[in-house]
Amino acid sequence: MTRLIDIRPGRGGRFLLGALPILALLFVYLLASEARHADNPADKVLPTFAAMAQAIHAFTTDRDPASDRVVIVADTIASLYRLGVGLAIATGTALILGLLLGVVPLARALLGPVVAVIAVIPPVAVLPILFIVLGLDEASKIALIAIGITPFMTRDLTSFVVSLPAEQFAKAQTLGANSWQLAIRVALPQLMPRLIAALRLSMGPAWVFLIAAEAVASDVGLGYRIFLVRRYFAMDIILPYVAWISLLAISSDALLLFASRRGFPWAHGAGR
Amino acid sequence: MSALIELRNIWVEYGDKIVLERVSLQLAEGSFVAVVGPSGAGKSTFLRLILGQEPPTRGQVLLGDMPMRAECGPDRGVVFQRYSVFPHLTTLRNVMFGIECGQAPFTARLFGAQRRAARDKAAEMLAAVGLEHSLDVYPAQMSGGMQQRLAIAQALVKHPRILLLDEPFGALDPGTRLDMHALITRLWQEHGLTILMVTHDIGEAFKLGTRVLAFDKRRHDPHAPHRFGATVTYDLSLDRKTLPPPALVEAVGDTDPRKEIA
Ligand SMILES: Nc1ncnc2c1ncn2[C@@H]1O[C@H](COP(=O)(O)OP(=O)(O)O)[C@@H](O)[C@H]1O
Ligand SMILES: [Mg+2]
Repeated sequence: MTRLIDIRPGRGGRFLLGALPILALLFVYLLASEARHADNPADKVLPTFAAMAQAIHAFTTDRDPASDRVVIVADTIASLYRLGVGLAIATGTALILGLLLGVVPLARALLGPVVAVIAVIPPVAVLPILFIVLGLDEASKIALIAIGITPFMTRDLTSFVVSLPAEQFAKAQTLGANSWQLAIRVALPQLMPRLIAALRLSMGPAWVFLIAAEAVASDVGLGYRIFLVRRYFAMDIILPYVAWISLLAISSDALLLFASRRGFPWAHGAGR
Repeated sequence: MSALIELRNIWVEYGDKIVLERVSLQLAEGSFVAVVGPSGAGKSTFLRLILGQEPPTRGQVLLGDMPMRAECGPDRGVVFQRYSVFPHLTTLRNVMFGIECGQAPFTARLFGAQRRAARDKAAEMLAAVGLEHSLDVYPAQMSGGMQQRLAIAQALVKHPRILLLDEPFGALDPGTRLDMHALITRLWQEHGLTILMVTHDIGEAFKLGTRVLAFDKRRHDPHAPHRFGATVTYDLSLDRKTLPPPALVEAVGDTDPRKEIA
């Protein structure tokens, strides 16, 4: 008999299997929601799908007074802007620092301990400092994301460069490479797929920092909206917003994976 | 023949562990020196020393009568057992790398006519090692033997004064290994190379080398085995009929290669 560990679903099979628990969760929600509404027709904790559809219709047609954009569009643009700039700063900084610290032992000795110390500070704990120093505008939210992500990425990239086989560095030197050529032609290209991998891993924490910052001080943004309507127990808005955030997160992850496969085929099983 | 490399009373120690002691020898230009010895005897350490990857604790290394700096340079090429090629570059780009580094200090990239010249030279070198049909594949798509061919071509494009090989064929299957023996012998003859090759296969050493060096410990302290280092225990100049001495065969602990050669 085929062993359990040897049964491998095909493409379609995997899709069906993956969809099953999601459908089951939706079904359980449906039952629970109906049961609560049977008890109390005004229940707000588990809104019916009809109520959510109505809420969705509202925030996809009503306009945000400040920007005169549809509410969810205004929120999404504001949040993605903060997230994008924060991640771009973090990625750029981590790439340069990781390369420098990984390739140059002197730089590692000088800056390694500082990065390690900064990495253990819980970023949300410095949020008040950021608000005081940078004000309540965009800068403090972007800074929180950048500060929260950069140390982790720097350390990950540094240790990756350090773990490249010593043979490669020796070989490059016998081929006449100086330190600069070694950094940009041997270490940097091999670092790129790892950078994308580190970025994918950082997306989760980045969303946490974003929503935390928006919850505390903001007037537009996905996190702001959720915490605003929480005051009215508006679960019919919160749940679709959470689903929308998840969708954004999943698609950005898929996009990064696609970019990595496209740009660095040698790092993904070398297939062309 | 003149001495290309000379070692004068070399010691290599890591902490209080002595790996090599009292190594004095000369390597002649144009020779094919094979280095054998039991595992852990310090063969790779010896090779890294000549490569310049690390300095000796005591003693002097001379390259062409000049004291050698403990730094890898383009006058010494190297092929390791693994990780000798760049996984992110295609075959052609791997070989072009050395030319690009030499000609473009800041960008390490060439353009226009220079690039075409580098490309042609690389393609020619790849043809010399039998990879003319695999110019645009990545190392991970090639067999172990092809990767080692690539590593050799990559090193030779810089015309090193000595080619250092650390168990280059150790991970290959027997048939591929025979092909590689033929290849390295042909390259050695055609390009007038000087080769230093570490191997754990005595048969290979005696088949390819014009000289065989054996490294082993001469003295043993059973209570502190690290207090004595290995040194050259055999130094044999070969003509094609020389067979390895039985004591050497036993020391390296390999199968008797003499039947193979005879
Ligand atoms: N960087 C190092 N630090 C400490 N010990 C080392 C180092 N490199 C090699 N050794 C030791 O030196 C000895 C010889 O190693 P090596 O030259 O690799 O032997 P071989 O190549 O003959 O098998 C081994 O015992 C090894 O543990
Ligand atoms: Mg070794």
